[in-house]
Amino acid sequence: MADSPHSTARRPRPMSPFWNYHWSPTMASSITHRISGIGLGLGMAVLTWWLFAAARGPEPFTTFLSLAETPLGEVILFGFAWALSFHMLNGIRHLAWDLGYGFNPKSSNMWSVAIYAGSVLIPVALFALAYTGNGGYYL
Amino acid sequence: MSLETPLHRVEGLGSAHSGVTHFWRERVSAAALIPLGIWFAVSILGLVGGRYVSVLTFFSKPLHGILMAAFVVIALYHLTLGLQMVIDDYVHSAGGKVVLMLLARTFAIACGALSLYALLEIARVF
Repeated sequence: MADSPHSTARRPRPMSPFWNYHWSPTMASSITHRISGIGLGLGMAVLTWWLFAAARGPEPFTTFLSLAETPLGEVILFGFAWALSFHMLNGIRHLAWDLGYGFNPKSSNMWSVAIYAGSVLIPVALFALAYTGNGGYYL
Repeated sequence: MSLETPLHRVEGLGSAHSGVTHFWRERVSAAALIPLGIWFAVSILGLVGGRYVSVLTFFSKPLHGILMAAFVVIALYHLTLGLQMVIDDYVHSAGGKVVLMLLARTFAIACGALSLYALLEIARVF
């Protein structure tokens, strides 16, 4: 065995994934996709509350708005805008993966970083438009 | 009595016994949610600062009411499929899976029923 032509001396033997497990952007984006999806599920309850309050009359609707316009309410709404942006961008990437594009580790990690950046830029842009009076064009 | 052989009956179904059904439904609903999600974000931004009457006027328009209903229903459907995947992956007891899936579906159906009632009520009153 010692003089086997397949010497193990120079090249380390392959390791089990358990031993070389380390975080990569793609892994982070995968779990973030799930967390943002669960967050959006909670967001559906808030959307339902908003629609139902509108159907019930001016008073429930005003109650909803006064809660939504508190600092905590705004933070939660920003969180939903971020979760929707992330889940949408990463979801589009998932569809690209399903078609066979962007699967190699390098481009996958690069797109993951780009998706994190985009998922922050979109809600920041939406809130900036809202705060500078550029929203409300359907009123 | 079926003439199908047992092998043919299970072919293509895999270990989950449901084949690619869940996968495909998740992708199709995801694709539908791309344009609907963009429409949703554009609409909400367009309603910022809106009070009671202006928001109800918006959703009482047939196109807006229908698109909102489609967004809510398809989003809740996609949510149910996604939560099923999360529950399947992380919950390892059969009882826990059943209870959590029933809760997830009850949540989705409750949100859907309330939202659709609200949209119909808005369309009826305005």
